[in-house]
Amino acid sequence: MSDVHIPIAQVTRVSKGASLSKPKFWRSLDELSDSEDIRVWLHREFPEKASEFTDPDGRRQFLQLMGASVALAGLSSACTRQPAEAIVPYAKAPEQFIPGRPVYFATVLSTDGAAQGVLVESHMGRPTKIEGNPDHPGSLGATDHLAQAEILNLYDPDRSKAVMYRTETSSWASFVAAIRPLLEAQKALKGEGLRLLTATVASPTLAAQIGELLKQFPKAKWHVHDALSRRNAMDGARSAFGRPLQAVYNFAEADVVISLDADFLGLGGDKVANARAFAARRAVDASSDNEMNRLYVAESSISITGASADHRMAVRAAEVEGIARELASELGLAVEKGALPASPHAKAIVAAMIKDAKARSAKTMVMVGETQPAFVHALGFAINEKLGSLGTAVVMTEPIEGNPPSAENSIEALSADMAAGKVDALFILGGNPILTAPPDSGFAAVMRDQEKVAVRVRLGLFDDETSELCHWQIPEAHALEAWSDARAFEGTLSVQQPLIAPLYDGKSAHEIVQAMLGDSTTSGYEIVQTAWKSRLPAAPAFDKAWRRVVHDGLLQGSRFAAVSARIATGSWTQTKPASNQGDLDVVFRLDPNVLDGRYANNGWMQELPKPLTKLTWDNAALLSPKTAKRLSIPEPEGTARGTYVDLVKLEVGGASVTIPAWVVPGHPDDAVTVHLGAGRRRSGRVGQGVGVDVQPLRAAASPWFRSAARITRERTRYAMGCTQGHWAMEDAAERGLIRTGTLEEFKAKPKFAQLEEEQGEQKSLYPVYPYNGNKWGMSIDLSACIGCNACITACQSENNIAVVGKDQIMRGREMQWLRVDRYYEGDSEAPAVHHQPVPCMQCENASCEVVCPVAATTHSDEGLNDMVYNRCVGTRYCANNCAYKVRRFNFFLYSDWDTESIKLQKNPDVTVRSRGVMEKCTYCVQRVNEARINAKNEGRDIKEGEIKTACQQVCPTQAIVFGDLNKADSAVSKKKASPRNYVLLHELNTRPRTTYLASVRNPNPELPSANPGKKEGEAHHGE
Amino acid sequence: MANSQTSAAGLPAMDPKYVPLPLVAPGHTLDSVTQKISHMTMEKETPRAWWLSFLIAGAMASGLGVAILGLLFVGIGLWGPNVPVGWGMDIINFVWWIGIGHAGTLISAILLLFKQKWRNSINRFAEAMTLCAVLCALQYPLFHTGRPWLAFYWLLPYPNTMGLWPNFRSPLIWDVFAVSTYGIVSLIFWYVGMIPDLGTLRDRSKNKFFKVIYGMLSMGWRNSARHWSNYEKAYLLLAGLSTPLVLSVHTVVSFDFAVSINPGWHATIFPPYFVAGAVFAGFAMVLNLAVPLRWLYRLEDLITIRHLENMGKVMLATGLIVAYGYFMELFMAWYSGNFFEQFMMKNRITGPYGWSYALLILCNVIVPSTLWWKKARTSPIWLFIVSLFVGVGMWLERFVIIVTSLYRNFMPSTWGYYKATQFDWMFFIGTGGLFLSLMLLFVRFLPAIPMSEVKMILPGAEGRVRR
Repeated sequence: MSDVHIPIAQVTRVSKGASLSKPKFWRSLDELSDSEDIRVWLHREFPEKASEFTDPDGRRQFLQLMGASVALAGLSSACTRQPAEAIVPYAKAPEQFIPGRPVYFATVLSTDGAAQGVLVESHMGRPTKIEGNPDHPGSLGATDHLAQAEILNLYDPDRSKAVMYRTETSSWASFVAAIRPLLEAQKALKGEGLRLLTATVASPTLAAQIGELLKQFPKAKWHVHDALSRRNAMDGARSAFGRPLQAVYNFAEADVVISLDADFLGLGGDKVANARAFAARRAVDASSDNEMNRLYVAESSISITGASADHRMAVRAAEVEGIARELASELGLAVEKGALPASPHAKAIVAAMIKDAKARSAKTMVMVGETQPAFVHALGFAINEKLGSLGTAVVMTEPIEGNPPSAENSIEALSADMAAGKVDALFILGGNPILTAPPDSGFAAVMRDQEKVAVRVRLGLFDDETSELCHWQIPEAHALEAWSDARAFEGTLSVQQPLIAPLYDGKSAHEIVQAMLGDSTTSGYEIVQTAWKSRLPAAPAFDKAWRRVVHDGLLQGSRFAAVSARIATGSWTQTKPASNQGDLDVVFRLDPNVLDGRYANNGWMQELPKPLTKLTWDNAALLSPKTAKRLSIPEPEGTARGTYVDLVKLEVGGASVTIPAWVVPGHPDDAVTVHLGAGRRRSGRVGQGVGVDVQPLRAAASPWFRSAARITRERTRYAMGCTQGHWAMEDAAERGLIRTGTLEEFKAKPKFAQLEEEQGEQKSLYPVYPYNGNKWGMSIDLSACIGCNACITACQSENNIAVVGKDQIMRGREMQWLRVDRYYEGDSEAPAVHHQPVPCMQCENASCEVVCPVAATTHSDEGLNDMVYNRCVGTRYCANNCAYKVRRFNFFLYSDWDTESIKLQKNPDVTVRSRGVMEKCTYCVQRVNEARINAKNEGRDIKEGEIKTACQQVCPTQAIVFGDLNKADSAVSKKKASPRNYVLLHELNTRPRTTYLASVRNPNPELPSANPGKKEGEAHHGE
Repeated sequence: MANSQTSAAGLPAMDPKYVPLPLVAPGHTLDSVTQKISHMTMEKETPRAWWLSFLIAGAMASGLGVAILGLLFVGIGLWGPNVPVGWGMDIINFVWWIGIGHAGTLISAILLLFKQKWRNSINRFAEAMTLCAVLCALQYPLFHTGRPWLAFYWLLPYPNTMGLWPNFRSPLIWDVFAVSTYGIVSLIFWYVGMIPDLGTLRDRSKNKFFKVIYGMLSMGWRNSARHWSNYEKAYLLLAGLSTPLVLSVHTVVSFDFAVSINPGWHATIFPPYFVAGAVFAGFAMVLNLAVPLRWLYRLEDLITIRHLENMGKVMLATGLIVAYGYFMELFMAWYSGNFFEQFMMKNRITGPYGWSYALLILCNVIVPSTLWWKKARTSPIWLFIVSLFVGVGMWLERFVIIVTSLYRNFMPSTWGYYKATQFDWMFFIGTGGLFLSLMLLFVRFLPAIPMSEVKMILPGAEGRVRR
């Protein structure tokens, strides 16, 4: 095969739109039907041209072809496609299939490398909404925002839709036929020229299949590249324990949590579980013992984990290591000391933290983030062992990765082999390495070299940057379309079952590997089921056990056992300390929404305001106010047409990018954070060219930060879409919107958040309306909220909320019904951050209702502030008169009414809004109504907990509670009875049904800045 | 009101400084008044200046057509509003136009009841101005909605199969009633007042076509004593009916704001403050029209300096009330002790839109203060300039009230900005074009100055006319 040379011009596949020809004219049907176009079309089940439906020229051609082929179908029966199997008329409905009633299926999604158990709502065979699986350890009933967004990925109209060979549409059969001689040839060479490149594989079945493949081709190699992979953690474990192990954190056992750049709430397959466990240790109310854990975070960027910290040290990347070394040597470990942060604020925290850690020894847990080098990970394990928490709070297990990342299986090693001409065939399964591999890994360069690697096969959801440089593009089946399995972060096994047949004939990685093993006909289902035969009881009992696993979404008792590993004192302890180089670091982070770019074509993720910065649709170079001042970079300037910032040229190691600079309070000084995943060249209609690609700045040796960077102001203005300005620092306390206190304050005065003037009934001219039936209300615990944004995306998915695009965001017209407000407190160098999710308050005295001239927003007898879209004429008076500004207006036709695949995504229980109407949070009234119908049919009352709003359901920390206020024992009633309960803008007498629980933090009393809430607390008490 | 010629012979001669100027320049006879005014209509060639003005106004008005089409086919998003600033140019201009309309009714009705004879030569075009202004104003509440094709009838109470009525608690519904009543009564008042003059034009018309048209419009006016008697009664009754409307319309418009809960809107001072502002703006607009008109058509003998000065005085008085309103807003914000009110006021003056507040004070308080001097009040050019300032100032007042109250509201997380778009401006300029086009057509085809009423104030007419 190596004698085949493919000119790069052919390899580089042009986008489909560019190959469109002018509409042809014909004189007879025969003339048209004989054309090449129609013959190709007739041989495809899903015509490629279907993708042309959205562009006017293409549409004309499509209709032309369509018409001719329909005529042909009548002329010749050879073209009809009757299914071979027996088909059943729908009159005999399948069991459980009641039109209009959704069915839920348990499956798993591996959005962050590990399985997250989900229950997927399916309406008449089409999945519409993803919810957490309460039984699954990686979910516990919640999900992250990414899992919510997967439903939109499934229906993405830009997905790869057909097997493509170079620029031509091909078929699975042709692909199988084409690789057969190749693999035969490789077999003779023992697979010497065969390479496999995958993303993180958490599927044991796939790992076993690849293992089988490697047995057949002993000299073939399996490489792993994934921006999410835990290379540093694994290398750290290799140093410390002699083999790759993963840490599973047990928050219940830790009174003091020390995070060294570990964004354990924001990233990783365990974040949802971590968030639940973390919040559980921070719940306080009047009745319990009221002890909280204490979180210290030393981080080199900003994250929601840092925002949740009791004490946060914003430091440079090398100083994180310095803090780890300081802690280690204070505990008596023999390591050299390193660079410590210069600021007295951070120094004081380090000292107090070490004291705290010593005092609580075994109850202290140190977590190290993937962005720190392997040495810090190893040191973290050693510190945990020294403290006594290794094995209790920090449990080591086998890694869930089928092929834990290492130097041998890295993309650099692969690139070197490719460059050396050792590779004849490369199979890239998933991932998008052209986008995510650092430039000096050499992967992109060697892929662009047409002389190298004669056959390149790509399995991918999208026809993306990597597909462009491959010969074969196989459309990948989405996780909701394919059978597979996966392990949760702690090892629990689940079967991934499809909800829908592949929309575009996609294939799973299982099927490709199986085809490579010489079997192209076994379905994914059979592959997975066969693999599970070893895990479940044998034959007669198997079916039942299998059904149980598939039904439950997990195999009980399959979590990894703890490995009792001991720290090996090796040469790793002699690693030289890192020190600050130059006066500016560049810190690379995965984008909180699009990660490494894999969600770039997902409108929900692009438009989701990023935590802390509240930026949408763009990435930026994030700087601290002090550093910005030093480099004379101006603060973002809000206008009615976007937030204006300066573009800067960011240079490091000879490479440079031009990127907007964004000043963030609390960002470490002398560092710039840039997010990956932006500036995609080939992602589809949504993500194309959004933001700036910062890959050129990265280096494989230090993938997460680089020193000695330079920044120059370009003096070009750039407008960004930010949903919340910097002014949020102003007066939030004076306005009483955010109420916080420390644990000590709470103990001294549990009702610290309840002002004297807010007690008692407020007067009204009208008699109080008696709500005799159900009385819906919501409570949001600000102590628990970590600002992860999952609620926003869940709401968007549940309620068919439109994506409006950057231009409309810049004009202040975002549509998300639920927003998470971010308030800073204290000085801009080290501010405390508070998140506040704000849905509709569902006021009893709703100011919006009285002013609507056509009564399009009215009050229900259950206290809901209903919105009647059909009646709304769009005067926008209600939005003006809403003190909480939760109303959203369709200034244009924002909802997508045209894209066929997106139509399938819509929740049929919720109106898709048209132009010119107002909309807002309804407390998921469709769910309330569904429960009411069920209850009525069964002749009973609606049960407590029967209704969960979308935001409540998805919340990893269970900060949001919804229920009936007329039931004294309901969860929401109990929450509202908490001394921390308060009302937003109480003085307006709007009587909101949504109320908040004041946030309580647990700072170290020994630190002078320990009372971030002090100042406000006083303001609130009026003492 | 006595004029110098009829002052009592026995008394010492009055200091000429205090003798009021005549309302019609000496030398006019009944016939000359008729001649002069009817020559403005179709009896003479259309002046070139008229054509030029009409061309410009028409071009502006066609922009309105484009803006409306854009709005209907693309969406209200072409305009500037957002969340939190849900209203912008739409309601600013609505209130501005409605306010301008006020002077017409005030001049025709209230001054009639108060027997202010100086109203007689300016009331007709002031009323026409009212109607045109109301017409322009009406574009906004309709087209600013998200779905105008439904709004134009869903806001009206009519029995329907849905069994739905509008929400009578909403100030927007009160607006519908207030403005429509105002428009209808003003139209009838204007038309009834014009009937004798239409009769005159009919009789003078040499062109058959105009004779028929004026004939139909004059409803068989024969100038009989009975006609006069009925006419006078009807006119007085309509004046009585219009008078409360002068107060009610802008009071109701101010409720759009006063009834809400937003700091900067929620204020009891709004009704009087709005009414005064409306009269203020209305008189400014009358002056902006009267000064060029009297110059173009050489009407200095009918619209005299005394008319202009009186209008200047009204502007000064209403301007002072408006200034009091501004002061009271400041005072109440401080006196309330309410954080949100105080923040709103502080932000209104010192925030990013502080320029609008500063300009507002300049236009509505400082510049009109020059009218304390008689010299300023009697200078047509200066009055014209002051009126331009007031027109801009009153527009700014609505901008300040609407935008600076909304853009930084209760929750800092929701704050935003507002900026009008090209479509906003196109629509506004378009309504301006519509207004000017209609006024030009009015001046060309209808008697812009009431002949019959001017004749009543000619020297020696008192005995013959009851008023």
